[in-house]
Amino acid sequence: MATANGTDDNVLVRVENVVKHFPVKAGGFFRHTVGQVHAVDDVSLVIERGKTLGLVGETGSGKSTLARCVAGLIPVTAGKVFLNGTNISELSRGAMRPLRREVQMIFQDPYSSLNPRRRVGAIIGDPFAIHKTATGAERKRMVQELMERVGLNPEHFNRFPAEFSGGQRQRIGVARALALRPKLIICDEPVSALDVSIQAQVLNLLADLQTEYGLSYLFIAHDLEVVRHVSDKVAVMYLGRIGEAAPADSLYRQPRHPYTVALLSAAPAADPDAAAARQRVILAGDVPSPIDPPAGCRFHPRCPKAQEICGRVEPPLVTHDDLGPAAGPPAGWGPADPAGAGVPGIPGGETHVTACHFPVVPGETLASARTPAIAAEREPA
Amino acid sequence: MTLLEVKDLNVSFQTADGVVRAVRGVSFDVEPGRTLGIVGESGSGKTVLTQTLLGLTPGAEVRGSAMFEGENLLELPDDQLRKVRGAKISVIFQDPLTSLHPLYKIGWQISEMIRAHDRSVSKKEAAARSVDLLRRVGIPKPDTRVNDYPHQFSGGMRQRAMIAMALALEPKLIIADEPTTALDATVQAQILDLLLRLQQDLGTALIMITHDLGVVADIADDVMVMYAGRAAEKAPKRDVFYHPHHPYTLGLLESIPSSSAAGGRLKPIPGSPPSLINLPAGCKFHPRCSYAFAKCRTGDDPVLRPIDEGGVHESACWLPATSAGLSAEAEQLRKETAALGHEPVPAKGQPVGRHRAPDGGAATPGAASNNEGSVA
Repeated sequence: MATANGTDDNVLVRVENVVKHFPVKAGGFFRHTVGQVHAVDDVSLVIERGKTLGLVGETGSGKSTLARCVAGLIPVTAGKVFLNGTNISELSRGAMRPLRREVQMIFQDPYSSLNPRRRVGAIIGDPFAIHKTATGAERKRMVQELMERVGLNPEHFNRFPAEFSGGQRQRIGVARALALRPKLIICDEPVSALDVSIQAQVLNLLADLQTEYGLSYLFIAHDLEVVRHVSDKVAVMYLGRIGEAAPADSLYRQPRHPYTVALLSAAPAADPDAAAARQRVILAGDVPSPIDPPAGCRFHPRCPKAQEICGRVEPPLVTHDDLGPAAGPPAGWGPADPAGAGVPGIPGGETHVTACHFPVVPGETLASARTPAIAAEREPA
Repeated sequence: MTLLEVKDLNVSFQTADGVVRAVRGVSFDVEPGRTLGIVGESGSGKTVLTQTLLGLTPGAEVRGSAMFEGENLLELPDDQLRKVRGAKISVIFQDPLTSLHPLYKIGWQISEMIRAHDRSVSKKEAAARSVDLLRRVGIPKPDTRVNDYPHQFSGGMRQRAMIAMALALEPKLIIADEPTTALDATVQAQILDLLLRLQQDLGTALIMITHDLGVVADIADDVMVMYAGRAAEKAPKRDVFYHPHHPYTLGLLESIPSSSAAGGRLKPIPGSPPSLINLPAGCKFHPRCSYAFAKCRTGDDPVLRPIDEGGVHESACWLPATSAGLSAEAEQLRKETAALGHEPVPAKGQPVGRHRAPDGGAATPGAASNNEGSVA
């Protein structure tokens, strides 16, 4: 499937063992590093051409940092990022520049990601100016085409962002990202700030553009239903690591990692009967600090299934055979797990991989940490 | 006895651009121990509505009445309203970081709340009660955490502290304004679980304001859907989700990505909400409605009317009552009505047989007769 240097016809982006740490500084005059924020720790994944990889995780799980590493916006601490077979983590700024147009981003907040003092035409036209691909009347024509394509009135070329609603602003962001015909668009919570009825408009637009231009998306969101809707493959992050990854259907139908199970059960469904019938797994406590992540499995302090080994040994990201026929290990990705638990797989591929010593088996119910000291029970009969 | 009875509430603001009509003729009741979910998108007036009840909208022009324990909240003088606020009705806001004072310890802020309403409580007693409250909302090691500052708490813990503060004086009614919107999914589940448990233990009534239909499906008994300052639909929870009548409610439900539609196309509501300064004629939803006909465009703005026999399910829409629901027949009836401009079959007196009694689980025990407040 893959060769050692990371080229593969189907794979657009290959992330290999990427680590991103941020130093924590203290002191005034004698400023020194006192620790590291382990934002992303040893993450590998692939993004296929024309497909969407959904990245799910809570605040501080490192999903946005990972996206920035993929976009080449921040240098990685260790590891490699291949874009179209080129290792961009080693490129100089100048060598990186022509590649930047291949990867574009759409941001969460359509209010703060557009300069309020510049006209929409100028904002969308910036990529053309920066990469010197079009000027003057031609640039204006291209901008207006883009505006029309994303559902904006091309006559509003000279308006300011403030004259647009939230949904329209997000369309401006989409048009800007689309300008240079990128291969990959990183969508960092693109619909979180929008109302439901508008959110659906933008999601449909993104789906249409994907079909039309063969785009790949790295789609980050905390809304699990949105991710399920748009994604072909989904990876779940927790404290800088990928805990589970699989084709979307497999992940949602049979989550194996206790964290994924809890996350899925926590997402409110707009269906009262389903909400009442659901076994909600409530986790104890909060996500620990990424400055000093727990040893072993990072989820173990909150995990209802944690055993002694979980606090000592980091579980590898492998397939678990009771999942049915597992696709074989990709070439060049190291030996299979010696413990025999399963074979390693890359998130974003066809296999369902879970980093857990005791993956949840079908039909299993996890214990729930209910609010203490309040006696009343509210489990549906 | 009804705890809170809001009748024909109108709130408007004078601005440089014109009059913003934020709330237009909204009526609803809240019964003791029950949860009313108010759902709406940004600018639908849901927050203004509840803040007005508490006198938190200075400069607004307010009409209507809001009877709470025999008193009209909208006419109470400031000093009396202050006694109601916090003690009998308390609020949990969306962003706990901006609602807590950054320079005072959590315990001090809870104690102050207790002592502000009852000077006879000693500082020591108040501090002890703060610890107890933090314990009840599930803060670990409450006796040491009371001495923490808000920045030392995580987002979920801050929201727990806000809930502790809201509970401090055992209010009859808690207004929770998007209490979980800023939180992650697993923490949101913790907070919703906490609110439900507290409500069951203490019998507090709850008004839950949210844009998230999932939250409402989870914890509300009754639901009011708001659009452009007005109630579009009001009913027990199951009716709203399984027999929606107003096309806006339908549109909201259909635009949510769900497992059944995975990978397919979503059905968004076209366009965007109207400006509250420059509202369209007729039904305020008609420019975005796919079933709109002549009456919707030029007629009166429809007000809530009962669409089932019990009168608990109300909708502000001109479509026939029998067109409620998600079934293909209901859809057909809506389309025919829109095409003809009136109800197609001349069976006006036909009883509305589709109303299902709330059954099963934690859904809505004895939901009837709570929502009779109608708009004048």
